[in-house]
Amino acid sequence: MRPQDILTPQPAGLCCKPGGFYIDPVRPVERAVITHGHSDHARAGHGAVLATQETLDMMRLRYGDNFARSTQAIAYGEEVRLGDVTVRFHPAGHVLGSAQIAVTCEATRVVASGDYKDAPDSTCVPFEVVPCDVFITEATFGLPVFRHGDATDQIKKLLSSVKLFPERAHLVGAYSLGKAQRVIALLRAAGFDAPIYLHGAMEKITSYYQSRGINLGELRPVKGMKKADLAGTITLAPPSATSDVWTRRFPDPVTAFASGWMRVRARARQGGIELPLVISDHADWDGLTATIKATAAGEIWVTHGEGDALVHWCKTQGLAARPLDLVGYGDEDSGEGDIQASSEGGEA
Amino acid sequence: MNRFAELLDRLAYEPGRNNKLRLITNYFRNVEDPDRGYALAALTGALSFKHAKAGLIRDLIAERTDPTLFALSYDYVGDLSETVALMWPKASTDRLRNNPPPPTLTDVVTTLRTLGKAELPRQLSRWLDDLDETGRWALLKLVTGALRIGISARLAKTAAAALGAKDAHDVELLWPGLTPPYLDLFAWLEGRGDKPVNRDPAPFRPVMLAHALEETDFANLNASDYSAEWKWDGIRVQAVSGRDTNGHIVTRLYSRSGEDITGSFPDLLPSLHLPGAIDGELLVVRDGRVQSFNVLQQRLNRKTVSPKLIKDFPIHLRAYDLLADGETDLRELTFAERRTRLEAFVKKLGDPKVDLSPAIAFDNWERLAAARHDPATAGAGEDAEAVEGVMLKRHDALYLPGRPKGQWWKWKRDPHIIDAVLMYAQRGHGKRSSYYSDYTFGVWTGTGGDAQLVPVGKAYFGFTDEELLQIDRFVRRNTTEKFGPVREVVHEPDQGLVLEVAFEGLQRSTRHKSGVAMRFPRINRLRWDKPPREADRLETLEQLLKGSVTPEPAESEAD
Repeated sequence: MRPQDILTPQPAGLCCKPGGFYIDPVRPVERAVITHGHSDHARAGHGAVLATQETLDMMRLRYGDNFARSTQAIAYGEEVRLGDVTVRFHPAGHVLGSAQIAVTCEATRVVASGDYKDAPDSTCVPFEVVPCDVFITEATFGLPVFRHGDATDQIKKLLSSVKLFPERAHLVGAYSLGKAQRVIALLRAAGFDAPIYLHGAMEKITSYYQSRGINLGELRPVKGMKKADLAGTITLAPPSATSDVWTRRFPDPVTAFASGWMRVRARARQGGIELPLVISDHADWDGLTATIKATAAGEIWVTHGEGDALVHWCKTQGLAARPLDLVGYGDEDSGEGDIQASSEGGEA
Repeated sequence: MNRFAELLDRLAYEPGRNNKLRLITNYFRNVEDPDRGYALAALTGALSFKHAKAGLIRDLIAERTDPTLFALSYDYVGDLSETVALMWPKASTDRLRNNPPPPTLTDVVTTLRTLGKAELPRQLSRWLDDLDETGRWALLKLVTGALRIGISARLAKTAAAALGAKDAHDVELLWPGLTPPYLDLFAWLEGRGDKPVNRDPAPFRPVMLAHALEETDFANLNASDYSAEWKWDGIRVQAVSGRDTNGHIVTRLYSRSGEDITGSFPDLLPSLHLPGAIDGELLVVRDGRVQSFNVLQQRLNRKTVSPKLIKDFPIHLRAYDLLADGETDLRELTFAERRTRLEAFVKKLGDPKVDLSPAIAFDNWERLAAARHDPATAGAGEDAEAVEGVMLKRHDALYLPGRPKGQWWKWKRDPHIIDAVLMYAQRGHGKRSSYYSDYTFGVWTGTGGDAQLVPVGKAYFGFTDEELLQIDRFVRRNTTEKFGPVREVVHEPDQGLVLEVAFEGLQRSTRHKSGVAMRFPRINRLRWDKPPREADRLETLEQLLKGSVTPEPAESEAD
């Protein structure tokens, strides 16, 4: 069977006709297979949902118990048969529970990688290369200017700022699912052992991470704290909150933002960020290109992000490549939503 | 270089003045000579590297990257140095193995001082190999002379002064006699050496600037505390003459930022034959009449100043302040006292190329408002076209460098206003890259079925951040065609976005299809309420050009 008959882009999402399901559908469908818990990929209202236990748990946390008619948990490495295809989940290294989905029909294997990164992250299972015929990749940071570097250097930058401005509060914008917990884990790994404060919107998901055995040290809600007592502290908050009146409770806050977008100075300045931290849960340019090579796929489909450059690069490498133009995962507008997002959609 | 790069990186994002000061002072404290001195030089704009041009940087990156990927990246990032810094390929494994230390700021500055043009590309690429992203960015910004990180020279000097708990003013006064890497300055600031002496016979003195006056400010201002004069639409200069050790007169013209522009105006120098320092406006005066800024502009930024240029654009200095009279520093005197000294000084010069900026007589704000509205009948006469408003100066204001509060005010004339239709939008550069922030707008011409929009200008500021988001969203949702970074936006009689555009003046232009070009256009307001068909017509602008309509003041714009 031709790969384009196995997985086909449709308005509702990536459709697997021979398997009778959609991957990360943006509209309610009968059967959905979900890569990870971010709200632009995991939506409520589907019939049956197949995902990792963590992804299902996160959907339940966000949407309530009735987010789907029925659910089925699948572990990494586990295989299930759906219609004429088999589906196997592999770690994507993006956030806790995130998966790549390998769809095999006869001798052809297509891997839908969802969002992924090949950089170290102690809060989730590392990315695994899955050899395949067609690799479907995101391109959130699909330009050669995006090189995330070592996240520990960014944490050092944050900690030296805390030292230079002890009378100010440091407010770190980070997506509440994944990024926030990773930043906390990185701070702990760097030896920062003071309590870390949390915006209310992060508490639920962060304690879920802790319940899955991820050690994040002492965390406290920022709510109810006296302004003066927040001097010299670090608080994690959703990006949208860092430009909100909410920040008035902090003494002369230094606004940081942990995101791959922070590599581009204009992006940081547009968001009013004073301390950009280049920490991303997506593969950077080097990660995307290295992963594509490692899969040995002869054909690359590019879903969302800066697809033009990546498609061009694939062609220079002699790979067949095309953009899929899926909507709903952050088209061009996702970038700005990134900084102003009031929800967790379009996370980066 | 890395420590300097880190400093620049932090400064580029830090909006608070005091926090910037803390970052810079902290750097001066922790970094040794001569690195910190070269950093101070870089922050005050005292370094220049003539060979490193954008073209060279482009060539270097072109040798190393795919042109399509570079073009896409540059379009996204919007800044050449930054794009190159981010895209620069990782150094070869050989070089990584040797792990050469990254260059220090002193290495860079001293090497570039003597390096031949032919050697530059190789040296620069070696440095780029050895630095990280931030280091590369800082290096490229430094050598191309485009630091632009929102640090004034004044702020950098203040930070240096803070190192020794000295007043920034003291450093300013010494400054013209100092040279990088300022070992004597740092020695003094750290209490290890004597105070340096300024030996320049014609030094620049930091200029005093005015705040823009808002209507609401009048409630707190008393007319009897102020003098007023015309705000001339020329170039602010400081004309300084002094005697060198041989007793010869040395004359220099400085721009308001302290740049030496003497070479561009040799015809003015003989007129400045007495030691002193005049603060004034450079204008072109033909047959006793002040010419518009458009005329003056034709004399500026010329590589050579030909006799014809001098004859066709006779330069003139209109004096409004005197900072030094002979050897005497007047800046500690009040404005009223300095004005008396200025009048005497100009009289003593007795030169037709230098005259006094006349005072405007007024006893209350209404009188002044009337003068501002109609300078021609309020004393400016035929020069009224070169008046862009009025200046208010407190009688008792000392001459304070910078922009001290409540001392000097500028009250510009109301701008012209038209309603135009957004036609094209382009992604901005620098701070606004990835946002559609440059707007080409048009007005209607022709009637009935032939009615069409013709572009009349381009604006990229005037809107709030919130409005920028709104327009950006509108552009993305209403794109009819894409041309690279430019999008054509829907502009039909019933569909489109009307922009209220304010501008200062209009001139004929052969470069624009419409035949007119605006001066200083900006977006005044978004007219979501107005259908494009109700936007202005080209005839309105043409009449304005002929002078048959007076500019409509912004306040009385009917809605």
